[in-house]
Amino acid sequence: MREAYIYDSVRTPRGRGKKSGSLYEVKPIDLLSTLFKALHKRNGEFDTSQVDDVVLGCVTPIGEQGGDIAKFGHAMAGWSDKVSGMQINRFCSSGLEAINLGAMKIRSGWEELVVAGGIESMSRNPMGSDGGAWYLDPQVNNKLGFIPQGISADLIATVEGFSRETVDSYALSSHRKAAHARKNGYFDKSLIPVLDQNGLTVLDYDETVREDASMDAMAKLQPSFAMMGEFGFDAVAMLKYTSVEQINHVHTPGNSSGIVDGAALTLIGSKEAGEKHGMKPRARIVAAAVTSTDPTIMLTGPAFSAKKALKIAGMNAKDIDIYEMNEAFASAVLKFQRELNIDDAILNVNGGAIALGHPLGATGSMLLGTVLDELERTNKSTGLITLCVGGGMGVATIIERI
Amino acid sequence: MSTANASASPIKYTIDSDGIAIITFDNPTRSANIVNLAFGKALKETIEQLQKDKESIKGIIFTSAKETFFAGADIDEMFAATDAKHFFDRSNELKAALRYIETQGKPVVAAINGTALGAGFEIPLACHRRIVIDNPKIQIGLPEVTLGLLPGAGGVTRMVRLIGLQPALGYLTEGKKVSPQEALRDGLIHELATDKDDLLAKAKAWILANPTAKAPWDADGYKIPGGSPTTPKVAQMLPVAPAMLAKKTYNNYPAPLAIMSTAVEGAMVDFETASRIESRYFAGLATGKVAKNMIKAFWKQLNAINAGNSRPKTDVKGDFKKVGVLGAGMMGSAIAYCAAISGIETVLKDVTQEGAEKGKTYSANILNKRVSKGKMTREKADGVLSKIKPTASAADLKDCDLIIEAVFENRELKAGVTKEAEAQMDPKGVFASNTSTLPITGLSAASSRPANFIGLHFFSPADKMPLVEIIVGKDTSDETLARAFDFVKAIKKTPIVVNDSRGFYTSRVFATYVQEGIALLGEGYNARAIEAAGLQAGMPVGPLALTDEVSLSLMAHIRKQTAEDFKAEGKAIPSHPSFPVADKMLELNRAGKAAGAGFYDYPQGGKKHLWSGLKDLFESKQAIDKDDVDRMKNEEREMIDRMLFIQAIETVRCLDEGVLRSVEDANIGSIFGWGFAPFKGGTLQFINDYGAKAFVARAKELHAKYGERFAVPASLEKMAAEGKEY
Repeated sequence: MREAYIYDSVRTPRGRGKKSGSLYEVKPIDLLSTLFKALHKRNGEFDTSQVDDVVLGCVTPIGEQGGDIAKFGHAMAGWSDKVSGMQINRFCSSGLEAINLGAMKIRSGWEELVVAGGIESMSRNPMGSDGGAWYLDPQVNNKLGFIPQGISADLIATVEGFSRETVDSYALSSHRKAAHARKNGYFDKSLIPVLDQNGLTVLDYDETVREDASMDAMAKLQPSFAMMGEFGFDAVAMLKYTSVEQINHVHTPGNSSGIVDGAALTLIGSKEAGEKHGMKPRARIVAAAVTSTDPTIMLTGPAFSAKKALKIAGMNAKDIDIYEMNEAFASAVLKFQRELNIDDAILNVNGGAIALGHPLGATGSMLLGTVLDELERTNKSTGLITLCVGGGMGVATIIERI
Repeated sequence: MSTANASASPIKYTIDSDGIAIITFDNPTRSANIVNLAFGKALKETIEQLQKDKESIKGIIFTSAKETFFAGADIDEMFAATDAKHFFDRSNELKAALRYIETQGKPVVAAINGTALGAGFEIPLACHRRIVIDNPKIQIGLPEVTLGLLPGAGGVTRMVRLIGLQPALGYLTEGKKVSPQEALRDGLIHELATDKDDLLAKAKAWILANPTAKAPWDADGYKIPGGSPTTPKVAQMLPVAPAMLAKKTYNNYPAPLAIMSTAVEGAMVDFETASRIESRYFAGLATGKVAKNMIKAFWKQLNAINAGNSRPKTDVKGDFKKVGVLGAGMMGSAIAYCAAISGIETVLKDVTQEGAEKGKTYSANILNKRVSKGKMTREKADGVLSKIKPTASAADLKDCDLIIEAVFENRELKAGVTKEAEAQMDPKGVFASNTSTLPITGLSAASSRPANFIGLHFFSPADKMPLVEIIVGKDTSDETLARAFDFVKAIKKTPIVVNDSRGFYTSRVFATYVQEGIALLGEGYNARAIEAAGLQAGMPVGPLALTDEVSLSLMAHIRKQTAEDFKAEGKAIPSHPSFPVADKMLELNRAGKAAGAGFYDYPQGGKKHLWSGLKDLFESKQAIDKDDVDRMKNEEREMIDRMLFIQAIETVRCLDEGVLRSVEDANIGSIFGWGFAPFKGGTLQFINDYGAKAFVARAKELHAKYGERFAVPASLEKMAAEGKEY
């Protein structure tokens, strides 16, 4: 079977997704062109006309992020007109789904070199501003028992018995690990600073990591979804989860993923393409899987997709050296950990979106890059990356260093 | 009502001296105007006439010759039709006529002289100006949702465009009816008039001053007030709207969701398309089971009850000048309030003057609340209160036309007060017991006039609950029943009439629901899931919470009494799988809410919650895999079926035993008495809704699995086999 190899993975720093964030002033297309330039330069300035396709995730593809931004991001970096591009959307997993799709393109034998990744400027294009039948159409909303993801996260915490203290202490460890990784330069290898047209630095580090995070400060934060739940979403959740008497609203801005801006790209290709362009493969994509489950509890998908990917790969959960599960909400990670019985020491080893932020369309590619760097740094072999996804979906990818 | 001129048109057309077409609704066969086939035909002719007179008239006024403006659609006609195409076409036809009127170019005014509801307000909505006489008794609104329907003559489409999505949904999903002043405040109408002359004068003046009127939504640059579904502010509200609905309705009522969808989907497209979308959702609701159930219960059967179907045909008329209530506890005090607010002199007697005074405070508190909310004047409230005479003296009961005893459920006590009161009251008067469980015939043994003795079973809190169950004893005369019936009507409550039996109808069937819930707990089901299943089934309160309200000690008392009576009669003492659970709880001193602990804990100042001890005591069942929503749903289905089937089967037994005298009493009694799923149309209509044959088949499964209490009555099996229904 033909393999799909990862040749490189780069990302921007993550800027706070507000007007006060450093990347607010930067257009999404410029975040992308910065990365396309870097990717080209880091890999021997290969002949870009040999890239078959660019697949980019973007969850709010409207306005300046709309109209197939994947085709135009590389054009602004001066890549060949021969390179195609398409934008995809599988909510929070879009960046990883783009990579999986790219891997499938390579493994099918029909394409040789693909760039996959994602982009999201959440400060400029607020989450949800693209609308959608799922929650705006009363018929769909009612049929699926729509509740916002924060309520789903609180539902998981309630059903699984994760207390506020448990989720807060998980969040604290995310900040500590991320701060440690940042301080020790673990992210430096793949982090491409964002510069202005004069070469002046706009942002060169992840902006939302808190070195001073503490349980006390965390405990002071008000639950984010209690009021929304009271309006009716709690009742919708309890219509399905009938043994729940009351939803325990444990999630706050402190233990949920941060809203940030950022972009990421991963270069995938066949063995032959690497040889042709003089690039050395860093890892192979062993398996990829997507699943879907009950859309109300919604965020339990990763365990299902991870198990599916492991089965495809013919592996056991114990065969994975490092797990990366997107920290959309603390309870979603803890639930995933419980389902696969994962040791704390190998899960989200350098922190996650709670500390670093979750630029929706880009996160999947960022997580894959982080895992690859960490496997290399610690000289380990296998990694599994997974994200929970709106509507109950889950996506997982297994990689193995060469 | 007269049928003499039945052939006359329900619409009168004249042109006045100003050249204004005055179109007057005047149904020749009914006391109110309604939209039916004849109206549709007349409206078509009216439009043909308007087309002929198009050049010569200056404008159009719609008004009514009746006391009300327009009552709405012909509900009987709607109930009879079963074909979606029929409703779709009828809806579109009426809409086309109204749309012509709205867009024909001349100004149109609705001169609303009285109540305008449903289709009766949809017609004015198609007019350019709505003027209403400022009389607080006049009601304006679109209450279709209360019968499981939506306004299908442009009501949703125009309300959204008139006042905006969110306010329109408030009106439409709740079926709100408002006074002219409130309608003006919320923008439903434009202007108020003092009387009919002023109304017509204002209508004419407006037409003459506005020769080129247009509906706002037909004007250039029109935008939906508050924004369309894509406007961020509206889009933000939309995701939560279905959740708010689910919280209220458990998704048991399709009409509010259909209204919401009609409104939202309609707001995305042009007026004509929105109208068509509205017709499609309307046709779906009108042919659906829930609307049929609700129309049957709340229109046909309730009307039959109110028309006196269960009242004996006798010349006697109940006239109540003075009523006595014995026992000033919560029930007696509330009954006294019901009588007083209906203008009847009421004597509230208790053992002590102090106790009686305290009972009167119950009324004072309700009245004060109404005054402070602006719903009643202080003067009126004082008038009501002055009708209640609290006393400890039996002599004050002199000349009472009716005495209702509401003392404790104890035979000796009841016998004592019966004798004491009968000595004082009008010998022709009626003596009623408000017992909820003790057979009336037995109680009447204490009476010197058993023919005048009857049961009037009120529900707590009696000032709010709409039902009174009238229990006819072995010796109760038709005249006494007729009088009692008239009294219940006089205090504006709904009477059902049942024959004497243990627990009568309501208490007996209600008990099967809570017992089934307790039995489920005994089988090891999760307590919260049992409560959720009860609520999802459409019951107002879960069976365990309800048991806590009633109290297990009261239930045990009734059980003991029943067992003693059965023993005396030489019958086998009944058993039920709920009994061991109840005994265990009583053994642990957890009798219910009044005892401070039951299936729930009642923390001081906090919200009640299920007692954590239930887990170890009862919840033995393997918890369902939390990721398996389908299995959870299946388990819930089983619990729901058990809770609803047991009530329906027990109701059939009541009918078979002659405890119940009519199907409508069974259905209305169950909904008004203990809140049986209104969307199912009552305990017997539930069987029709399920399909009698399918019901029998399912009941047999439950019988095999859970025992004799689910045994299918022979009468039901026969009825199902014959393809009939209740």
